[in-house]
Amino acid sequence: MQEVVDIRPLLAPAISIICAFLIFWKGENTFLRRFFSLSAAVTKWIIVLSMFPVSLKGIIFTYELLPFAPGISLNLRVDALGMFFSMVSSTLWIITTVYAIGYMEGEHARKRFFAFFALCVSTTVGIAYAGNLFTLFIFYEMLTISTYPLVIHKETPEAMKAGRKYLFYTLTGGAVILFAIVMTFYLAKTTTLSQNGILSIEHGVHTLTLLFALFIAGFGVKAAIMPFHGWLPSAMVAPTPVSALLHAVAVVKAGVFGIIRIVYNVFGVSLMKELGVGPILGWVACITIVCASIMALLQDEFKKRLAYSTVSQLSYIVLGAAILNPLGALGAIVHIVNQAFMKITMFFVAGSIARKTGKKNISEMQGIGYKMPITMATFTVASVGMMGLPATAGFITKWYLLNGALEMKPPQIGFVIVLLLSSFLNASYFLPIVYRAYFVKPLDGDIAVGEAHWTMLVPCIICALYIVALGLFTDLPFVPIQLARVAVEQFFR
Amino acid sequence: MKLTDQFPILIIEVPLIAAALMPIIGHWRRKWCMPFATLALSITSMIGYYLMLAVNKSGPISYHVGAWKPPFGIEIYFDHIAAFAFIIALFGLLIVIFSKNYAEHDLEEEKIPIFYTLVMLTLTGMIGFTVTGDLFNLFVFMEILSLSGYALIAISGQMLTAMASFKYLLVGAISSLSVLFGIAFLYSITGTLNMHDMAKMLEVARAPHVASVALTLFVLGFSVKAALFPLHIWLPDAHALAPSPVSAILSGLTVKMGIIGMIRIFFVIYGVHSAINVMPIMEILAWMAAATIVLGAFFAFFQNDIKMMLAYSTISNIGYIVLGLSMAPFDKSKVAYALVGSLVHVFNHAMIKVLLFLCAGAIIYRTGLRKLSDLQGIGKKMPITLAAMSIGVISIVGIPPTCGFTCKWFIALGAMEGGKSLFAALLLFGALFIFAYYIKILNTAYFREPTEAIANVKEVPLSMLIPIVILAAGCLVLGAGTLGYVPIKFIEPAAMALLGR
Repeated sequence: MQEVVDIRPLLAPAISIICAFLIFWKGENTFLRRFFSLSAAVTKWIIVLSMFPVSLKGIIFTYELLPFAPGISLNLRVDALGMFFSMVSSTLWIITTVYAIGYMEGEHARKRFFAFFALCVSTTVGIAYAGNLFTLFIFYEMLTISTYPLVIHKETPEAMKAGRKYLFYTLTGGAVILFAIVMTFYLAKTTTLSQNGILSIEHGVHTLTLLFALFIAGFGVKAAIMPFHGWLPSAMVAPTPVSALLHAVAVVKAGVFGIIRIVYNVFGVSLMKELGVGPILGWVACITIVCASIMALLQDEFKKRLAYSTVSQLSYIVLGAAILNPLGALGAIVHIVNQAFMKITMFFVAGSIARKTGKKNISEMQGIGYKMPITMATFTVASVGMMGLPATAGFITKWYLLNGALEMKPPQIGFVIVLLLSSFLNASYFLPIVYRAYFVKPLDGDIAVGEAHWTMLVPCIICALYIVALGLFTDLPFVPIQLARVAVEQFFR
Repeated sequence: MKLTDQFPILIIEVPLIAAALMPIIGHWRRKWCMPFATLALSITSMIGYYLMLAVNKSGPISYHVGAWKPPFGIEIYFDHIAAFAFIIALFGLLIVIFSKNYAEHDLEEEKIPIFYTLVMLTLTGMIGFTVTGDLFNLFVFMEILSLSGYALIAISGQMLTAMASFKYLLVGAISSLSVLFGIAFLYSITGTLNMHDMAKMLEVARAPHVASVALTLFVLGFSVKAALFPLHIWLPDAHALAPSPVSAILSGLTVKMGIIGMIRIFFVIYGVHSAINVMPIMEILAWMAAATIVLGAFFAFFQNDIKMMLAYSTISNIGYIVLGLSMAPFDKSKVAYALVGSLVHVFNHAMIKVLLFLCAGAIIYRTGLRKLSDLQGIGKKMPITLAAMSIGVISIVGIPPTCGFTCKWFIALGAMEGGKSLFAALLLFGALFIFAYYIKILNTAYFREPTEAIANVKEVPLSMLIPIVILAAGCLVLGAGTLGYVPIKFIEPAAMALLGR
């Protein structure tokens, strides 16, 4: 495997850190704040994009920062999976920034908001590019800290409570991960992520199983695997761009990304098969998929329903990783981008409606499709995607996951049933919203409502178009799925 | 004879002479006290820096006072551990710079020379304690730093501080006595006071019982100084009620003397001598340390006074350090991760805690308030101080990439290596508990609207900001990665030398 030393893996996270400090410094000025946010987002996107074609050829970029201790250093390394994750987050950062500029109009403490927003994305790219578990952990903890001020942005008692809960869950998860990393370093004498895993069966089956359980429990907090999902619905109190960022891009994806890294780069496929923990993880994910969907059905608050839907969707990715064959892995990785675009569209819509009409509960949204037709059209596209109908992004994921489950030896019919059941459940909690929006007459009081400001509308439209594009064009050379294929090849070499 | 050859004695003499001259200067021109202390400590720091580099380059320096060769004369032994003297001088310098406005504001004018005299004395005591190679000398310096410490706590002359000081004095007296008895016991079986000579004699002394009793006495004495549970009772009041610069000295530097005392006793004098292996002293210390971590964090949780919170967190952090020490492996097949982590934390905790107490001091200086509930929205009024304090808070919890993380990593790894993963878990989850109460500081400072009481508060003057900013930068830069390797590179050989490898 070819490795190239390059400064760009450092530049990509560094740009947003610099941006954050510029906003801290001069962010009182509205123009400068927007200028810094947008220009940093675009610059970072270009840097990431410039690595894309090379990464597609399977070449790995590395950049070694200074060492930390004997055997341990801060180390950046961009393989196809990392590249994939950073593409998703840097693309969505631009879109979310545009949306946030519109949404946050008139809010308090915008300087703080945009600065920490930039920090979040910086650390997310850092997680994507981490070359060893140690670096991964450092960025992972920085992400926790930098999202806290975003979660409690409103500073109401409810927000503070949600913030405490968020910190309690994620920091506990972080401590578990650190314990597991220390254990890994002690066993393997290294934490450098390798394509075939760094642990071997010599370390003892029991020790390794315990280690795996610790890692999954640790990363499972951010990946919202049940029963560690409790922080996520309460964190909905945050402003909508933050919910979008937490749920589609940064925090939850960092969790599932960590799990994929653990399964493929720390344990490796062959060791995972020897340990036999794959199906167990798969069933844990299945339970989460079903239970979270049922919880979603029970919610009336729009954002809470979306939150439980996120919990359920994330476990698709975990399930894909646990299937341990190329098709399953492909489904898992592709779902990182698919779920991101679908869920961010839904959150954008929820935010637009809340801003425009002040309504937060689904039961109040009668006839909203008459008032905000374009917004609701994008929501419909995203819902159809979530159900996994063909010609949308969601179908691709389902297709690969189902095939992956059937190709397992022996075929896991249980996984197939859960996936199909989940499609049904998705339909039953998203379609009523669409129905209520279009087929129920609006209440008399809402006559004056129209579409949201263009800064909030355009991101929705772009995301919706992209959901369709992802579902239709899978064989064109420069679409994310190609990169996912390279990543899978690297794991199953 | 070159001047640099005399540096090991000068590092003690310069602050000592400055302390002696301070009352005279204060009598003559009161305003000159602070610049004079600054000058003296700058020189001391430079000497310390030179010696530290020399040690790093060519190993320990042995200096014979009055040219009497040890074991007959007094030896100053400047090794890697003694390099902490540089840190004492450097942080002392920052604290003195910070004290300028504080002393003028808080103390009656005639007390200013006394304040600086005592600060110089206590720093002298600590530097002497760290660099001396003679056990009786160690006791003398310990008394110097303790006595001046008692006086410093009570300097404001209020009833409560006098009480706190008296409590510290009573417990401190027990500590001094037990150390003195320990020395006497060892002297009775070895006939020498020089540490290295004593180590040799102890091997042939064949008096395991006396050695064991002496060891127990030392552990007891130094545990009081280091505030190890259950001998910590004096610390919260003393550290919280003292003037803030004094709290910084006590919490950041003075408690570390208990640790350095233990290091000298365990690794230099007893070394791999049987007494340490016969008695389960390390086992006991490990459990005491574990209890200290948990209880320190637990009590801190219920405090509303910011300085009280910081004082309890000192207790908790001492627990980390002692836990690391107690897991130092004496068999040679193992890497000394825990010991490295412990030594790194001696330095890192000094930096973090000095920073935090200076920040607390800055807040109290401007607002006169010290209850967390009164300080809502202070982050909007004093942005730089509170930004620095946030860095300190994140460091003390040990969240990467700040310097507090280093110790957690190494000590957890050491626990794993020693087959004591329970302690590793305790350490990592104990840190969470600490965060639970520190997050209150950040919440109050940043996510609340400023109250009436602090409506007119401004940022502190430059002389207070400079030390704070330097220390905060240190916490970030000397954290994981980049320059974080520098202290570790220095400390690794130190740990190896202690274990006789």
